Amino acid sequence: MAGTDIIIHDEKDNVGVVVIEKITPKQDCDCWIMENDKSVKIQSMDEIPLGHKIAMTDLNEGDTILKYGHDIGKVVKSIKKGEHVHVHNVKTKKW
Amino acid sequence: MEIPKTFLGYKREDGRTGTRNHVIILPVDDISNACAEAVANNIKGTIALPHSYGRLQFGADLELHFRTMIGTGKNPNVAAVIVIGIEPKWTKRIVDAVATTGKPVEGFSIEGVGDIDTIARVSKKAQEFSIWASEKQREERPISDLWISVKCGESDTTSGLASNPTVGNLMDKLEPLGVHLCFGETSELTGAETVCEKRGKTPEAQEKFRKTWSSYNDFILKEATDDLSESQPTAGNIAGGLTTIEEKAFGNFQKIGGCKFIDVLEPAEEPTKGPGLYFMDTSSAAAECVTLQAAGGFNLHLFPTGQGNIIGNPIEPVVKLTANPLTARTMSEHIDVDVSKILSREMNLDEAGDELIKATIRVANGRLTCAEALGHREFVMTKLYRSA
Repeated sequence: MAGTDIIIHDEKDNVGVVVIEKITPKQDCDCWIMENDKSVKIQSMDEIPLGHKIAMTDLNEGDTILKYGHDIGKVVKSIKKGEHVHVHNVKTKKW
Repeated sequence: MEIPKTFLGYKREDGRTGTRNHVIILPVDDISNACAEAVANNIKGTIALPHSYGRLQFGADLELHFRTMIGTGKNPNVAAVIVIGIEPKWTKRIVDAVATTGKPVEGFSIEGVGDIDTIARVSKKAQEFSIWASEKQREERPISDLWISVKCGESDTTSGLASNPTVGNLMDKLEPLGVHLCFGETSELTGAETVCEKRGKTPEAQEKFRKTWSSYNDFILKEATDDLSESQPTAGNIAGGLTTIEEKAFGNFQKIGGCKFIDVLEPAEEPTKGPGLYFMDTSSAAAECVTLQAAGGFNLHLFPTGQGNIIGNPIEPVVKLTANPLTARTMSEHIDVDVSKILSREMNLDEAGDELIKATIRVANGRLTCAEALGHREFVMTKLYRSA
């Protein structure tokens, strides 16, 4: 079971969470999808620290970020697969 | 794992069970703090609960002040209570309400006497209460006498991935055993409010939740300037990888597992519909929330943290857990239960839930939490609006 770098809550999610201290650019990462116990791979584009999110697919401005299978905000600056997803490119739809 | 049927607690006069045996010195108002603290310093085995309010409050804000004071005194973790106020009327209101539990309680007022004489008179009574309480013994009590409140803080994505679901796993296992459970944090369910509403067991509970959440959200929208930058999510949340309130909310919501809530409580309101899960309308600020839940009668608190919130409460022991391996390492003196092995997949949720149940029962039996050993006694009133 060891060797998981990224955990994804739900199969529908377009982001995963880094669960090792950090991942570095061009790192080949093993991802585990909790919902269905499947494994997928992704190559990172950025350095991403523990707990931060990685894009599992290319995302355009206005797209919805899905985590836990639910809407958690909108893309405000386009994001490439493997890039860091955070406050610099995603905003709340509330407040 | 077979869950123990009993724990060792202090049986109280009203039938409830305490996990602690505190004698508290409760100031009615801000200006009585000095007196309360002097008494607690004189008499060993007592604790003062200083706070910042209690003067010129009115309406719903004043009622909440009284509910918090009275609920704190009635909590089964409290063996006996001394109430000190500047004047006798509000002091007596609290004393009379706490007295309905049957526990020893006595009130004192300072006006016309002064601090020094009051401290002397109160100290004599406090000494009597402290010695009386010291003879109380723990006895075997049913697990259903546990009233567990939960709230998370300085959350990060590891909270939603692992530590909050661990609490949810515990809830799923303890709810069928007749334990009272409580979650809160109204504003922090924003984004997950529709999903949360559907977890109401009855249409009435769902409707009550919707109204409560909407009213809090309306208030936030009215007072907010442009957004809630660095408040929701907090700077700590953002450092930990949480991007939006919606993401935080879905993580937060993992704490209730698959349970459904049977009622929605006002802040500091005691549940009356029997065992099961309750939602309490609270702020998402840690010390305010736990203070309200303790005043609602909850006798043990579970607090998952990501980046390392260090909160404690004077009367309700706060058990802290984290799934963040960095926090577990760098802030180990604050962490009672480390579930970071869930992230490396060396531990599953079921095992983590069992570990948390074991830790919960040890703390219920008297084991000090990290926060208790460190002297964390945050007692923070929720203020609804400005005083007159």
